[in-house]
Amino acid sequence: MTESTTANKKRGSFRIRVEPRLNVPPAWYPAAVTFGALIVALILGGVLISFAGGDPIKSYLHIANASFGDIGVLSDTIVKATPIILVALACSVAFRMKLWNIGAEGQFIMGAFGASTIVLTPVLSAETPRWIFIPVMMIAGMAAGALWGFIPGYLKAKFNVNEIISTLMLNYVAVAWVNFWIFGVWTEGGFQMSPKFPDTASLPRLLDYAKTFPILRGLTTHLGLVIGVVAAIILWFIIFRSRWGYEIRLIGDNPQAAKYAGINITKNVIWVMMLSGALAGLGGMSEVTGVVHRLQTAPIAAGYGFTGIIVAWLAKLNPLVIIVASILFGALILAGREIQPSGVPKMIQGIILVCLIASDFMLRYRIVIERGEE
Amino acid sequence: MDFTIILQAGIASGTVLLFATIGELFSERAGVLNLGVEGMMLIGAMSAFSTTIATGNPWLGVLVAMLFAGLISQIHAFIVITLQADQVVSGLSLTFLGAGISLVLGEGLSKAGTVALLPNFSIPLLTLIPILGKIFFTNQSVLVYIGYLLVPLSWYYINRTRPGLHLRAVGEYPSAADALGISVFRMRYFYVFVGGMLAGLAGATISLAVSPGWFSELTTGGQGWIAIGLVIFAQWDPIRAAVGAYAFGALRRLILDIQGPLVLLGFDNPFYYNPYLGFFLQMLPYLFTVTVLVIGSREAMRKRIGAPAALGNPYIRGERGK
Repeated sequence: MTESTTANKKRGSFRIRVEPRLNVPPAWYPAAVTFGALIVALILGGVLISFAGGDPIKSYLHIANASFGDIGVLSDTIVKATPIILVALACSVAFRMKLWNIGAEGQFIMGAFGASTIVLTPVLSAETPRWIFIPVMMIAGMAAGALWGFIPGYLKAKFNVNEIISTLMLNYVAVAWVNFWIFGVWTEGGFQMSPKFPDTASLPRLLDYAKTFPILRGLTTHLGLVIGVVAAIILWFIIFRSRWGYEIRLIGDNPQAAKYAGINITKNVIWVMMLSGALAGLGGMSEVTGVVHRLQTAPIAAGYGFTGIIVAWLAKLNPLVIIVASILFGALILAGREIQPSGVPKMIQGIILVCLIASDFMLRYRIVIERGEE
Repeated sequence: MDFTIILQAGIASGTVLLFATIGELFSERAGVLNLGVEGMMLIGAMSAFSTTIATGNPWLGVLVAMLFAGLISQIHAFIVITLQADQVVSGLSLTFLGAGISLVLGEGLSKAGTVALLPNFSIPLLTLIPILGKIFFTNQSVLVYIGYLLVPLSWYYINRTRPGLHLRAVGEYPSAADALGISVFRMRYFYVFVGGMLAGLAGATISLAVSPGWFSELTTGGQGWIAIGLVIFAQWDPIRAAVGAYAFGALRRLILDIQGPLVLLGFDNPFYYNPYLGFFLQMLPYLFTVTVLVIGSREAMRKRIGAPAALGNPYIRGERGK
């Protein structure tokens, strides 16, 4: 068994041997490997930062301080984490079925657009109470995102079109589409942005309650966080406790077996892509109504869709772990804005993903060190 | 509008896609899907431009771009060939990594101004061919001519030579290739490296010839992804890849140039008078890629031509049925 796959290295009287893992490792082991991969990624990132002329320790201390230092910045970190939670949930459900939806970015943008149509068309007048406005915008955002997920899902199911390319191409289409509307139709004074939304079309924020609870002054955390956490819990139940979730997991692990078990893969591809798109669209709705308060491309298409891919992978596609992982990445994005050179957060994200994937090897193989003479 | 001028510029622009597509084609023929093309192109564009600024020699820029992108591709090779990890996720991470590294190292490059570019020239006699001579052989960058040579050479190499046969065997039936004494691992590392170098060359073609300069991530603008789509459309054949790449290049140029003139085909040019309609033009290359994929995938299904059989699977020695 070990003969065929060993890679032998002689080091003095030691022998290092790699062999496949036959038993299931203890529960703490995958978490420890993931944590180890994160540490290695931060060290590698530090080396690259110092190559580029920066000070790695200063950069990391700055990230920690500027994102968790006090309650104000912690609130800002959570604001950054909110869209990432929803987008990572979107990616995780598709990835579980080995559907590589890397178009969460576009579905996110379309979600923001869909929610905005309710204000800007206008479907509802500015005097509509919040408790009607917000659910309607949520539905519109999810519908627009689901539509953007349906297109590649349908093409994959009917024509076997590679979903990696089609979802990614639709990202660019979504940006151009929104640019057309905010430049050509809903422009405010010729700038590429829509007019500001009325207060009734904004998600409530903690600072809105500062009059009663002065401690909340200046905290921008908004209802989107609650939406994200609730969505994560619901998704956890769908994946691990429902028949549909079982089908999704089975198709992902073994499509042949799923087919013989009578599961309709075509239908599931379309539905899962729509669910994925709807979750990303909900993220876009939360961002446009909770943070930006107007339709504008630059702050909406800020790469959350891509960060979501890494977060979903870091969390091993578990919806509840995604919440924690999103907060870590929210911190990286928030603090990273002030770090020079400006590409550093993106580079660290890339290194983290590389290390995470490489570390999967440690789950499938074990490294044995043997003493003794050759 | 003079369409021969647009096509002439389109060929230059298509050369970028051509290098990236052929590079990915080699990698996929060996059984390794590398989604990191966009990242490797960014690395290539950045390192070509910065090397040229530092040394004044664009050829050195091209060389550094190819080596750096080739080196980055080996990260992917190590993860998917030796560590046997998922090729899709590893390729994605390479895109992030390439974009991140090129942004960090390319900091401030966008203000660097102009550099010495690669030479443009015409081919005597061939320019005399009506229309085609002007489109293909007049005042093109030297890289465009290298592209013309690359297409038939790649086709010949893959389909008519012994190493090409080995390449196909490794991608279609690695255990059989292994049994014949072909080193599957070494071959896959090598062709991923070739793919990386060609993606780096594609990046250098942008920053030193087609649209000189460094504009951070906008430099490539998703062309690496279009190249991956083109490989599917091309059904892993270099000749079809060239047709697709040049057609896309022409389309990209047309979109840029159609917004210029006041009058278009005898009518007031709507794209000139309503510039925001240009956003629909911007969508075209991406919508086109999806359309091309639908056509390519349907045709592949009907003719039962598919991807190399082992594409996406790690080769594990001694495992049955692979």
